[in-house]
Amino acid sequence: MKKIYDLIIIGAGPAGITAAIYAARKKMDILVITKDIGGQASWSGDIQNYTGYQFISGPELAIKFEEHMRKFNFEIKENEEVKELTSRNKNLFIKTDKDNYQTKTVIVASGKRSRELGVTGERKFRNKGLTYCATCDGPLFSGRDVAVIGGGNSALDAALQLIKIANHIYIINFTDNLTGDRIMQKKIRVDNKVSIFNNSRVKEILGDSFVQAIKIEEDKEEKILDVQGIFVEIGLIPNSDFAVDLEKNERKEIVVNQRNETNIPGVFAAGDVTNVPEKQIIIAAGEGAKAVLSAFRYLSTRK
Amino acid sequence: MSKKIKVYGVPGCPFCKKTKEFLKNKGLNFEDIDVAADHDLAKEMIKKSGQMSVPVIEIDGKIVIGFDKKKIENLLGS
Repeated sequence: MKKIYDLIIIGAGPAGITAAIYAARKKMDILVITKDIGGQASWSGDIQNYTGYQFISGPELAIKFEEHMRKFNFEIKENEEVKELTSRNKNLFIKTDKDNYQTKTVIVASGKRSRELGVTGERKFRNKGLTYCATCDGPLFSGRDVAVIGGGNSALDAALQLIKIANHIYIINFTDNLTGDRIMQKKIRVDNKVSIFNNSRVKEILGDSFVQAIKIEEDKEEKILDVQGIFVEIGLIPNSDFAVDLEKNERKEIVVNQRNETNIPGVFAAGDVTNVPEKQIIIAAGEGAKAVLSAFRYLSTRK
Repeated sequence: MSKKIKVYGVPGCPFCKKTKEFLKNKGLNFEDIDVAADHDLAKEMIKKSGQMSVPVIEIDGKIVIGFDKKKIENLLGS
């Protein structure tokens, strides 16, 4: 007979870690299952609005979260991905890529990931010229021609970083105008290292062992641009695919109420994977705390 | 018998920072290579790892791509 946990937390970003700390202090019997520790906080740049820290980098804050979490003695399954979450006779069942678990309550805090283009060549050339992190991999493209896909803030931010590094930057934007911050737009428009393709979509990534070109369609006309780097910045999507029975909104975010309850009794959700407005580290952390207090209350009334 | 460790990274990269923190916390010495500052070292890294993302960690000639804690620990432990 398999052990039945009080609570399983899926994800260890700011929401999951905070939930775990609260749960451990309440002496709940918990398990954390996660692909990585720190979540999107690990990818953040400089943070100047997390209370108590006037200035801290994303990775440093994520390390502090992790240290705090590891002060307690609960089990953490790292590098493990949840594939299925089901509810049966008041108990919840989790299937991962490695094992099966049973629990009385669950907090889904699995966050968001970069949206993919979904075109031929994207998987093949991932990390071979195609990347989702300009801050990380941008400097490797010094003096090269590159394409930034997207027209929002993260795309413009990537383009501005690349202006200092790359030879020429093509911005491939799906809509008829850039949507990012006006100040950034202005800086980009006056720079002759940048060409903007509006009303354009990516058709295919081309190359041998590394990226050599990108095929785009601009106003129904196909073009091939020679580039060695491609930076995909088309937003984020929630890691909510495994939670098939949970109610979601049109953005695939899990719908929660003020108490972080989902439509399934015993299943709570917190942080960027949910429909809570404003995606911020401090908000995700607070939501994690709320979710675990709700789960605790649920457990104490449940028979 | 300490192992020879190199970390190829760039200054702003979160997981480069995490990797270096991780090694420091274990009290290990490593060569900190900034591939943004040196084009030839960037080429060396791409050649060794067959890809273009950072960080790349080299432990006694063996390559780990990205901050893969398990792999790094395995290589350090053996």
